[in-house]
Amino acid sequence: MTQEPTSPAHETTDGPRRHAAGLFDIRNIIGALLALYGLILLLVAIFGGAGQADRNVGANLWTGIALLVAGGFFLLWARLRPIVVDEVELSRQMRDDG
Amino acid sequence: MTVLASGSALLRLDASWIDYLLVAIYFLFVLGIGLMARRSVSSSLDFFLSGRSLPAWVTGLAFISANLGAVEIMGMSANGAAIGMPTFHYYWIGAIPAMLFLAVVMMPFYYGSKVRSVPEFMHRRFGPAAHLVNAISFAVAQVLIAGVNLYLLATIVNALLGWPIWVSTIIAAVIVLFYITLGGLSAAIYNEVLQFFVIVAALTPLTVIGLSKVGGWSGLQDKMTQAGSGSQMASWPGTALTEFSSSVWSVIGIVLGLGFVLSFGYWTTNFVEVQRAMASKDMNAARRAPVIGSFPKMFIPFIIIVPGMISAVLVPELAKYKASGGKSGGGVTYDNALLYLMRDLLPNGLLGIAIAGLLAAFMAGMAANISAFNTVMSYDIWQAYVQKDKPDAFYTRFGRWATVAATIIAIGTSFFAGQYSNMMDYLQVLFGFFNAPLFATFILGMFWKKMSAAAGWTGLVSGTVAAVIVAVLSKDALGVAGQGGVSVGVINLSGQGAAFVAAGAAFIVDVIVSVLVTGMSRPKPESELRGLVYSLTPKEDLMGERVSHWWESPTRLAGISLVLVIILNVIFH
Repeated sequence: MTQEPTSPAHETTDGPRRHAAGLFDIRNIIGALLALYGLILLLVAIFGGAGQADRNVGANLWTGIALLVAGGFFLLWARLRPIVVDEVELSRQMRDDG
Repeated sequence: MTVLASGSALLRLDASWIDYLLVAIYFLFVLGIGLMARRSVSSSLDFFLSGRSLPAWVTGLAFISANLGAVEIMGMSANGAAIGMPTFHYYWIGAIPAMLFLAVVMMPFYYGSKVRSVPEFMHRRFGPAAHLVNAISFAVAQVLIAGVNLYLLATIVNALLGWPIWVSTIIAAVIVLFYITLGGLSAAIYNEVLQFFVIVAALTPLTVIGLSKVGGWSGLQDKMTQAGSGSQMASWPGTALTEFSSSVWSVIGIVLGLGFVLSFGYWTTNFVEVQRAMASKDMNAARRAPVIGSFPKMFIPFIIIVPGMISAVLVPELAKYKASGGKSGGGVTYDNALLYLMRDLLPNGLLGIAIAGLLAAFMAGMAANISAFNTVMSYDIWQAYVQKDKPDAFYTRFGRWATVAATIIAIGTSFFAGQYSNMMDYLQVLFGFFNAPLFATFILGMFWKKMSAAAGWTGLVSGTVAAVIVAVLSKDALGVAGQGGVSVGVINLSGQGAAFVAAGAAFIVDVIVSVLVTGMSRPKPESELRGLVYSLTPKEDLMGERVSHWWESPTRLAGISLVLVIILNVIFH
């Protein structure tokens, strides 16, 4: 099995080959993107927005907050209930599937 | 690009560097996921297992977001702008019941028989002839639908940069080729779920802002009544959808044509979606995926159709276009309803998220069409019937050329698709040609063990021919003759009603021909049909595991979903 020493998801593969899905956990990916989007919208709402008077600039503010909350929720969820990848179990399953 | 082109038909989104930054971030995420997935064997295992051990909500979301593409977003909002509430039937009649049927009845069978694609089922059940017919019709359908995606993608590029539509189309095609080459498809399920959240994050504020602008639901009602389309606030009997003059026939058309033939055909034979569910770790999770997907699915129309309806009263040029009965022209079409509303209501920032979501959906949709075409063309057609014994490298190279060829063909089909002022009309016609006969043959082949191999392919061919004949005889299902189309107008049918009738004809003709041909030919021996025909499949294969909680039972969840969708139908009738 080829390993990637740089990837944090594989630091513990020397042991019983069980480790958290980490970066590969889709909740982390969703959470990171939504939180980043929320942050950018907040910054736009605070610092930008002049010159587009009639286009509901306030919407950036509350959408930004909502996205930050949603992103935080996914990150927190992934942290509290990590998915554990068991590579031995996995290769067994893959064999069963043919 | 700071002045809004309000009042002119020229649609231009006023994007700033912030918006482009948000779009760029999205694609960095997507390409990053693609690279991670391809980097090492170990990580692809991680992907595989993460996909399998994730909670059922992810497979459920992947199940509907595979379907929440360009076509649905633009097509359904266009439909909302054009005909209002009856569009909800596409969800509450045309999707939810079929998804529940798939979960409760079909999924155990798919999962048990281990059939992984429709062509595979056709080959094992009916042999090479039906397989070839199915593969060819599938390949044709894919490039036609890729054309629709490409056209919609080009309209966004056009609205962003203002380049002529043919230049935008070619640029968009090149972008999609890049996306496929860079491996944007290798983590499809991940991208789809991510895309789902971005689309919801963009369309929810758009709907909220839009509703507050028109004065809430009652304001929308008043404005639509003023514009003379107050009847569009009722979903039944939906004569605006079917364009039937009789309301009784309209209801029958919606329930049988849309609700049964088209939607059951689409959802139960669309393996792009079925495979999402089959990636689940066991039968119970596989059955639950469509049911779980049905809950968000029944609320999605509120952020897709409602903005379309708002757009038709709030955006001046679209309101004018609608008041003129869709004839004022000047480049305005219903397909752009959502883009107009985005232009008028979204501030920079939110606009970028909306553009990212739409670009993502359109590109992913077209890339999926093209790669499905490529797979079927290289392996199901070329390797199976044309050049059989070549080394693997030959088919890989062939596949690459097939990808390029499909993209070029899609440029051609996108111009044809662009002629329709409402993309849904065109798409429903295509589904009638391809999905309706497939569904008839599929369901007959599954439940009727005597059905012969010859009946398999003759049914498919005659069903498609019947649908094409109805479309050509109708007024405008394939474009009006003499205006670049081929429909001659012998039968008084137009719009999506024509598509429903074409689908119904395909289904009925397919069944009749299959029965007649089976009567004249010999059935396959039962030993070859084990696992492929319902009555010859061991019953224990069809039962899921026992569950410890009621919310883990697919049937009970499906019951709740059905009750909810009936309530929605009653509230918004």
